[in-house]
Amino acid sequence: MNYLIAAYIATWVIHGTYLTILARKYSKIQREIKSLKK
Amino acid sequence: MKRGFPILAIVTALLLSFGLYEALIVAPTERTMGDVQRIFYYHVPSAWTAFLLFLINFVASVTYLIRRNAKADILALVSAEVGVVFCTVVLVTGPIWARPVWGIWWTWDLRLTLTLVLWLIYVSYLMLRRFSTSSQTPVMAAVLAVFGALDVPLVYFSIWFFRTQHPSPVIGDGGSLDPRMAHVLLINWAAFLCLAWLVCWTRYRLEVVQREVEEAQSLEALLEGDGSR
Repeated sequence: MNYLIAAYIATWVIHGTYLTILARKYSKIQREIKSLKK
Repeated sequence: MKRGFPILAIVTALLLSFGLYEALIVAPTERTMGDVQRIFYYHVPSAWTAFLLFLINFVASVTYLIRRNAKADILALVSAEVGVVFCTVVLVTGPIWARPVWGIWWTWDLRLTLTLVLWLIYVSYLMLRRFSTSSQTPVMAAVLAVFGALDVPLVYFSIWFFRTQHPSPVIGDGGSLDPRMAHVLLINWAAFLCLAWLVCWTRYRLEVVQREVEEAQSLEALLEGDGSR
């Protein structure tokens, strides 16, 4: 059962990490757009 | 298109929750492996999704090489990136399953080794795109993607044509999967396909905006340079 839980958690950690990277990229682009508008 | 995004997000969340419930509660327990076999409901759909994304990357790369279409280039980048994420899931969940079943985390079996090579090819592809400053980067990346895609059928068919330690195909010819297990597998695959589509959609829009911002920044730098003369 521990291996099963570990595999499912690992899957969501990997997807979560990628989504966090995308969210940070989005914030960076938002900042760049703001600085372009100034 | 804008209205479709929240709908797809809700459908994805519902399918993922339902898939998780089916995999953990509804699917029958396998006789020899027990509960650890349930890793299969995440491992196999992730692999199929990764293969599909690498196939999209191949088609988009060929399209880019023929037509030099920027949209095809963005699609190739996005599909490779999301494909690597799903392939990472495959490479992580596989050893977690193998440890209690085979007694080892990893073996240099043909299927496993080819999957690792596939992952390395697409990581190299992404690194090339990230760090190369040449104007020819999209062309070089597209050529790499075309060769990289050759590994996808090798990985897929390796268990059909060669005797490997990896379990034999459970679906299609010679497959003996319990229909209830096949049902749960397909639900989870549908959920992962929706997730992949959602993430690709987001990443595609992000890449389009990023390229527009970079264009505007270089134009601004050009204008500032002209103004200071």
